[in-house]
Amino acid sequence: MTAKSTPAGGTAVVRAFFWLPRSARAGALILVVLVIVTLLAPLIAPHDPNAIDPTHVLAAPDLGHPFGADALGRDVFSRTVYALRTSLAIVFASVAVASLAALPLGTAAGYFGGWVDQVISRPLDMLLVLPALLLAITLIAIVGPGSIVAALAIALIYLPILARVQRAASLVVAHAGFVEGGRARGWSSLAVLRRHVVPNALGPLLVQAAILAGFAVQIEASLSFLGLGTQPPTPSLGLMLSEGRDVLTQAPWVEIFPGLAIAVIVLAFNLLGDGLRHRLDPQGMAS
Amino acid sequence: MTALLDVRGLVVTFPAPGSGLRRKRVHALSGVDLSLQRGHTHGLVGESGSGKSTLARCVLGLQRPDDGSVVFDGTEIVGLRGSALRDIRRRIQPVFQDPLGSLDPRWTVGRSVRESLDAFGVGSPADRERRVRELLDLVGLSPDHADRHPVQLSGGQRQRVGIAAALASGPDLIVADEPVSALDVSVQAQILNLMARLQRDLGVAFLFVSHDLSVVEHVSSEVSVMYLGKIVETADRADLFADPVHPYTRALLDAVPIPEPDARLVHVPLSGDIPSPIDPPSGCRFHPRCPLRVDSCSREHPVLTPVGTLDSAGHTPHRVACPVVLPARP
Amino acid sequence: MLQINDVRVRIPVAGGRWVEAVDGVTLAVGSGEIVGLVGESGCGKSTLGGAVMGLLPGGAQLSGQVLLDGRDLGGLTAEEYRRVRGNDIALVSQDPSASLDPTFAVGAQVAEAIRNHRDIGRREARERAVELLRAVGIPDPGARYSDPPHRFSGGMKQRVVIAAALANDPSVLIADEPTTALDVTIQAQILHLLRDLTVRTGTGVLMITHDLGVVAQVCDRIAVMYAGQVVEQGTVRDVFADPLHPYTRALLDSQPAAHHRSGDLPVILGQVPDLTDPPAGCRFAARCARVHDRCTTAPPVVETRGGGRVACWLHDALPPVAQEVS
Repeated sequence: MTAKSTPAGGTAVVRAFFWLPRSARAGALILVVLVIVTLLAPLIAPHDPNAIDPTHVLAAPDLGHPFGADALGRDVFSRTVYALRTSLAIVFASVAVASLAALPLGTAAGYFGGWVDQVISRPLDMLLVLPALLLAITLIAIVGPGSIVAALAIALIYLPILARVQRAASLVVAHAGFVEGGRARGWSSLAVLRRHVVPNALGPLLVQAAILAGFAVQIEASLSFLGLGTQPPTPSLGLMLSEGRDVLTQAPWVEIFPGLAIAVIVLAFNLLGDGLRHRLDPQGMAS
Repeated sequence: MTALLDVRGLVVTFPAPGSGLRRKRVHALSGVDLSLQRGHTHGLVGESGSGKSTLARCVLGLQRPDDGSVVFDGTEIVGLRGSALRDIRRRIQPVFQDPLGSLDPRWTVGRSVRESLDAFGVGSPADRERRVRELLDLVGLSPDHADRHPVQLSGGQRQRVGIAAALASGPDLIVADEPVSALDVSVQAQILNLMARLQRDLGVAFLFVSHDLSVVEHVSSEVSVMYLGKIVETADRADLFADPVHPYTRALLDAVPIPEPDARLVHVPLSGDIPSPIDPPSGCRFHPRCPLRVDSCSREHPVLTPVGTLDSAGHTPHRVACPVVLPARP
Repeated sequence: MLQINDVRVRIPVAGGRWVEAVDGVTLAVGSGEIVGLVGESGCGKSTLGGAVMGLLPGGAQLSGQVLLDGRDLGGLTAEEYRRVRGNDIALVSQDPSASLDPTFAVGAQVAEAIRNHRDIGRREARERAVELLRAVGIPDPGARYSDPPHRFSGGMKQRVVIAAALANDPSVLIADEPTTALDVTIQAQILHLLRDLTVRTGTGVLMITHDLGVVAQVCDRIAVMYAGQVVEQGTVRDVFADPLHPYTRALLDSQPAAHHRSGDLPVILGQVPDLTDPPAGCRFAARCARVHDRCTTAPPVVETRGGGRVACWLHDALPPVAQEVS
């Protein structure tokens, strides 16, 4: 399968795109556009996001500043573009770390069961019962605030949720005839996990990860809003919301545009997640 | 003649589902003996909880027994690990009940058939592809089936793929657990014919597990009847069906619906439910439902004892675990 | 009783096409009679059961007549049909666990089946439910009334389902593979119970099954379905002793029990036709060992001994059946 898809990698992506339900294609398209925007941020942003301009303090949107300017006269459009970059990086990093950790843990717990399951699942369950924000704030209180710590905190919140989903999916696949068959055909347990269990159990994890990615934007924004995430002057969507709140009545654009960006990202991930669920998780194992 | 497969005193228990500090155990197998000659088919029949599938899994090395031994062609396979276990697995292959569930839905038919060749690194990739085509031909499929996925096949075709996959490594024994139960009668007949032909042509032996006595009667050379983790009767096919001795075997044969106009159900052959293997009855496990029970049945554990005249060499003696129908001989 | 006249069911599938799942079936179930409806997967037997119960999948089109005690069920509104179901026609399906609510006491579920259709008090319903549980062979029904379904074995659950189905003395019971999920000794008990109850209450049973053995054991008449059509029907004795349609014969021959000696079982070659585009003429022709020229046109339905029917050109010398068209 991989050998075939390498020379035609481009067409595989196109095929995957059209394999998605229509609404999920919209979500995927929005995300692709947003990622391109963040990658090309230096080209797209008309101004330096941190350049203070006393002549434009709280300037209303115009041609030079399409989203207006903030209390320090910084261009809100440029800041939003760069903030997208920070926020999306944190979202992708946190969900990727959590998924990569959840994959082996959940698979092992579901496939082997018994004491392996107990040793893996009990500590994760304890993590799951702690309130998410409390967990994040505790971690940040110990390590100190910052983008990377925020990403790790989100990953820590998501790990037990994703591991649980992966455990449930593996448990179902573990009882399929072809899994036992793989062992009887001469493969080791580890090889059977890699060849049969993981590929067949991966769907719900991907669905859950896509849905959680939407919420990750919100958590990142909350942490930054509270001053626990990305540190100024680096722009992040949550930080911009926090800054915009003070001037909401005089210059609503400082608040509205980063807020809209968050809404669009959450919407895109939800559309994608729902569409993936339709295709990959018809039994609805992901929550 | 030494047996290809010799099972002795096999005991398997599992923790019962649910949780709690003092979890009960499911008594899946409680001392089972069975032997199978090269090129023969041993039919294993029983209802829910009889342990027939657990026995099949022990023979495949997928279930570690608590006690007892499974000797395959002179080698003890209980406790085998690593490469020694892999060597045995080449020679004992499974065919499962659900032909869809036993094939990875993401894999092509060719890849599934090739799975054991890949595992054992048999030949070059081109050799394996050629072998896959041979195997598909052997089970009555065309070479272009190799590129299809299981969902694109009918139930009968899927089971043919399952059989081709089992044959790939050139096994001496195929353990078939309910291989035709999920199929329609007309398709079932095709699969049974295929298995019979493979046995004639390749000399492969079958351990054939089924709840369906008609099917077992058709395919087997020897038959064992299981009830709640024990074998209650074992005999040559003809002996067992012509002259069943154990009261459970007789009731089971009576209960089988036979498609003949005179086979009306006149009485209920066996009342009561099958007890749970979590807390099986004492003594003879069949005694609570047995029409012939006497007081001692709830205390004494019957053992398989030869019945009738002793057979000539090569025959499985007809043996029954019931002292009531079989007065103890001096 | 139940009279099915020239019933056709079309079910929409992807691509704007239709599956002709049931194609012109005529069948009757008399009082106290058990009629076995036999066929392989996808032959339309369960769809026909659904058509009688008024439980077809969304978008399905039904034509023809379903008469219950002379009343045409075709014109009923959804609400009227709901009142007929469980009262005049009842259903026993394959999986008793799916038919019972796992969170309710089994007795209460039987009592509810009564109270859904009759205006009687709680206490009276309970007494009647206990009586029904006793009639289906639940030991100590008074004490087990309050047990949830998971305390019952599969066979006992199916007994409860039968009790609920018979609660309102229906005219007809549709039993869709009622014993397929059960062990063979338990199957014998349930079949015996079904026959015993129908003889006593006069309920007619349409027994949908793939198992010809089950039909031989308990049914009075048999109807064999192939690709949406009933190809042969008659008394069990006549059809089993001398099957007239080549499909019926092939089906009986492919049963392992019919061949006590080893040797190849006769098989039916080929595949069931695609019912989105069924072949003209006899639908079995492509797989039939006795196919000939005339099979390209639809065979006549002729009357056989003992009021049976067969649809095959091999028997066109027999008197034709007058087509009841509504």
